[in-house]
Amino acid sequence: MDETLTPLQRLFLAFVAFFAVLFNRRFAEEVHALRARERAALPPGGPPSERESAPPPPADQARPAGTAPAVPAAPPAGKGASTVPPAVAAAAAPPPIPKPAAPKPPDHAESLQIIALLQRDGRLLDFLEESLEGFSDSEIGAAARTVHAGCKKALGAYLQLEPVLHEPEGASVTIASGFDPAAVRLTGNVVGQPPFKGALRHHGWRAARTSFPPLPAHDPRILAPAEVEL
Amino acid sequence: MTGGAAFAIGIDLGTTNSALAYLPLGEERAAPEVLPIPQLVHAGEVADRLLLPSYLYLPHPAEMAGEALRLPWAPPGDVPREVVGELGRAQGALTPIRLVSSAKSWLCHPTLDRRAASLPVGSPAEVPRISPLDASARYLAHLRAAWNAEVAKGDPALVLERQAVTLTVPASFDAVARELTVEAARHAGLHDPVLLEEPQAALYAWVEAMGDGWRKLVQVGDLILVVDVGGGTTDFSLIAVVDRDGELGLERVAVGDHILLGGDNMDLALAHRLQQKLADTGKTIDRWQLLALTHGARQAKEQLFADRAKMSIPVTVPGRGSSLMGGALRVELTRGELGSTLVDGFLPRVEVTARPAAQRRAALTTLGLPYASDPAITRQLAAFLSRQREALDASTAPVPKLSGKAFLHPTALLFNGGVMKAAELKERVREVVAGWVAAEGGEPPRELPGVDLDLAVAKGAATYGRVRSGRGIRIRGGTARAYYVGVETAAPAVPGIAPPVEALCVAPMGMEEGTRAELPSRELGLVVGEPARFRFFASSLRHDDRVGSVVEREAELEELAPIETTLPAASGEAGQVVPVSLRAHVTEIGTLELEAADEKGRAWKVEFNLRAAEQPSA
Repeated sequence: MDETLTPLQRLFLAFVAFFAVLFNRRFAEEVHALRARERAALPPGGPPSERESAPPPPADQARPAGTAPAVPAAPPAGKGASTVPPAVAAAAAPPPIPKPAAPKPPDHAESLQIIALLQRDGRLLDFLEESLEGFSDSEIGAAARTVHAGCKKALGAYLQLEPVLHEPEGASVTIASGFDPAAVRLTGNVVGQPPFKGALRHHGWRAARTSFPPLPAHDPRILAPAEVEL
Repeated sequence: MTGGAAFAIGIDLGTTNSALAYLPLGEERAAPEVLPIPQLVHAGEVADRLLLPSYLYLPHPAEMAGEALRLPWAPPGDVPREVVGELGRAQGALTPIRLVSSAKSWLCHPTLDRRAASLPVGSPAEVPRISPLDASARYLAHLRAAWNAEVAKGDPALVLERQAVTLTVPASFDAVARELTVEAARHAGLHDPVLLEEPQAALYAWVEAMGDGWRKLVQVGDLILVVDVGGGTTDFSLIAVVDRDGELGLERVAVGDHILLGGDNMDLALAHRLQQKLADTGKTIDRWQLLALTHGARQAKEQLFADRAKMSIPVTVPGRGSSLMGGALRVELTRGELGSTLVDGFLPRVEVTARPAAQRRAALTTLGLPYASDPAITRQLAAFLSRQREALDASTAPVPKLSGKAFLHPTALLFNGGVMKAAELKERVREVVAGWVAAEGGEPPRELPGVDLDLAVAKGAATYGRVRSGRGIRIRGGTARAYYVGVETAAPAVPGIAPPVEALCVAPMGMEEGTRAELPSRELGLVVGEPARFRFFASSLRHDDRVGSVVEREAELEELAPIETTLPAASGEAGQVVPVSLRAHVTEIGTLELEAADEKGRAWKVEFNLRAAEQPSA
């Protein structure tokens, strides 16, 4: 299905999309809408040829985390039931219907803002862009403390996280029918019909509340200003 | 004001942080709540914080886009050129020449003209300057705008200027600094804020938090020592629990001097300690790195204080450039260093006979704040308790009976200020005081529990607003100082020697709000049309002086800004000498007013002259 994307490209896309879904409300809403259409078996809109210039397709892998606001075990009338890693299907879906000429902020301004915030508070770009060659684990560890403390502060300021499932990891859980496959990913011996019983391996993450600052008025491509001391 | 007030508002206008608490006056038992204050936390980003850092940054025109500094309540088109709060503090830490800080300490500077634009101190000429008074007014104006935007929301009955506002000041603020605080509030549009001493506010907050239970936690004869260590200042007060017609009463019996020493000094001391450690390994750091180090040291301190099992915490100063790891410096803060720097450094175990190293003569330091020259808070405390004992011994004034031979014995301790979150610091203060008291055969003091150390002052001030409306116990005490005017004595002129000055008491200690004191017989002659200036003094130790008492050695007193008045021509012919008497009035809001009255009962206001204070010889 993904003939135009290499696995590496997809992996990168998943990583980018993960953060974009987590931090970019508009993006997440679009993904959600796309997935809702998918589940309702509506004919996907949009010319298929647009794929390259379109916004990245939604995340399939990684942790499906706090994407959609749907409650995992809630019964949303009949639709759910799709088994197997369902998001794979969603990943292949063409981009959403282009909206008629809405005035757009510069490309990906909101995604860039997230990166800028993580750099500002947690030096994330500096950390990722620096080669680890030649540094001891203790030096890397010391830097990781800076990044950890700063990124955590940024997350804490703009986002309230909660687990998707509140049971302790390792506990046995029951997944009722009609669950949201984006919120609960089934692995292992996936056969039969819900309700499914299994062990909780990762409790997942959901953004319970977000409060991002308004987009900066400046060029969003400036992720960190150059500093000049006079 | 207060007539139609819906809320009692308490504003803690702090040296380093300000806060606003409120409670509805209509509800009997409402607990004070703290207003989250919207403020710029980054350029273009406004967020709520419980504290408003008392910092004002004056950006360069090219530095930050005006739009990025807009506050939610600012009218469109108005480009702000100042930043108050968290962003101001952060930006100013990197560009200190544009940062106004500690305005409150400047407000009680003994010699500076506090209405003159003098801050930031020592900055280049092109940086705009504002006065300590204006800076304080800016913080209050921010709080007012925040309240009006968040709570009043356009309802004219709810705007802050129509609520019962209580503004806290250090107990050590003299009449001039109190007057200036009210003036700053008026500049900010708050017309009649009531003043309250911060340690009293902390005790009000405690009484409020305990509910009726407070009566079981203290008893008649208790002497509560309030130890208030803020970000920039340390303030002591003694409050006695007395019997008032069969009920428990609270009476503030003594306040300490203004000590410019606080939590920020402690964090800086730790940072310097770590800086030295880095220097020992041949690594020098710049200002930016010192800042990061101070920040890291503060966090390490909090972790070490919170978890006694940890023996050390690594502090990393990240590289300033894009190379995070390459430029990083790593240093450890050990428990031993924390103990020796903070606990032993600021709260050493000393005898009660210890005294702080001599204070620099404030009058001679023209630029700069008169920071405490001795960082040992315990020595300051020993001096305070001993001096107050001597003062009470020498007094026949009706003060509550208090125990202690060489110094006053506190029986209970109430801590205030964020620094005191650290149990080890509280424990050390308690241990030291207990040691002193035990040496005279007394019982060790106990700690009064349960006060929010960061926000108690604001909450207590809001509670006081309710107390003033007649509900709840009121701490009595009146003015914490006696005030004097200097009068030249009639003596034969001796060349080269200024005529001796004696100080005449015009307002005794303990004057309650709303009371007057009139100088009975001594009359001063004022020349019509010419400004008359008098030296002005205060004392927090002389309990016995009544109106008209004369202190011959004015050196025992603390000199304040001089007072000045001019009799207008209407009061007589120019050049004519009119006999007047001085009278003092402690206003309902807690300021001291002086008037010169002639025999026909006409009165003229006597002002504090701050300009003249720049020439102490005047």
